[in-house]
Amino acid sequence: MDLLSTYILHQADNALIMGHRNSEWTGHGPILEQDIALSNIALDLIGQSRNFYQLAASRLNEFAPGESVSEDDLAYLRDVNEFRNFILTEQVNGDWAKTILRQFYFSTYQFLLYKELVKSEYPEIAAICEKSIKETRYHLKWSSEWVIRLGDGTLESHTRMMEAIKLLNPWISELFIPADFEYEAAATGAGILPDGLKEEWFHQVNKVFEISTLPALTSEKKPMQILSGKKGVHSEQLGYLLAEMQFLQRAYPGSTW
Amino acid sequence: MEAKPPAENWPLWEVFIRARQGLDHKHAGSLYAADAQMAIENARDVYTRRNEGISIWVVESKNIQASNPAESDTFYDPANDKVYRHPSFYHLPDEVKNI
Repeated sequence: MDLLSTYILHQADNALIMGHRNSEWTGHGPILEQDIALSNIALDLIGQSRNFYQLAASRLNEFAPGESVSEDDLAYLRDVNEFRNFILTEQVNGDWAKTILRQFYFSTYQFLLYKELVKSEYPEIAAICEKSIKETRYHLKWSSEWVIRLGDGTLESHTRMMEAIKLLNPWISELFIPADFEYEAAATGAGILPDGLKEEWFHQVNKVFEISTLPALTSEKKPMQILSGKKGVHSEQLGYLLAEMQFLQRAYPGSTW
Repeated sequence: MEAKPPAENWPLWEVFIRARQGLDHKHAGSLYAADAQMAIENARDVYTRRNEGISIWVVESKNIQASNPAESDTFYDPANDKVYRHPSFYHLPDEVKNI
């Protein structure tokens, strides 16, 4: 697969896995209104992933005439090591604090990324991001406010946020380490190098953390980087997720609504 | 310590949605939220996800004063036989088209 297609798949996979994780809350939210809020976000993200998968599929079909790859093939028939999503996105939901913080980290990243990609020289990528950034801006607003509520809430909610920060901390640095497909995307003007977003990401996160009475994150920590979702080396949690998400297409190939 | 479910901690809000420019806000329903900001966002997620609106008002339900159903005889019945209050006794000139 060419690197630019992988770049597009990386965007698709992030949105799909994040969306799927959020969808696991559907019917289990702490209160009806928030159950719907998170389900809406899940749907937004899965919608975004569809757009990227369709774009990737049309590229793949163009380069390999005779092959016919669809968005569904890409979502439902690839294995763990073919997925290019961040390890962050596949982390299990845990409690509400962890789900919120995961969304907050991801939306902050996605918002900064889309802000750049709307200027992409690849018109389809620019168009998808133009459409998606409004959704992402809302996800960011929603998750930021929850971080503030929980961080600056009760002793229990603050403690849970602190625990969530600890749990997700190892997966932050991956966001900003460029992969081969990102170098290619940056070189062709289709995308950007993510290390350029790093400073702003920490600035935005820490701004919200300060209001939330949570301790500032530092970008200097160097956690283990054996796993890398962008290289297809995932945590074990993605396997369980895919087993559930892909079950139907694996068990009944080609089945439709 | 057992935490109360949010529904017992959070106040109830009434939601009013304006569907289009030029229309009035209409009562859409009610929901629970911790404060006004969350109420607006919950309303956005619960009541406008199918393009129902362009503007949202929320008000805490406790701030709404309602008439008492037990008093409806006193309140509403006296209007029944005041037919002269309807503007139906005027003869409109033919030239007037739009009333």
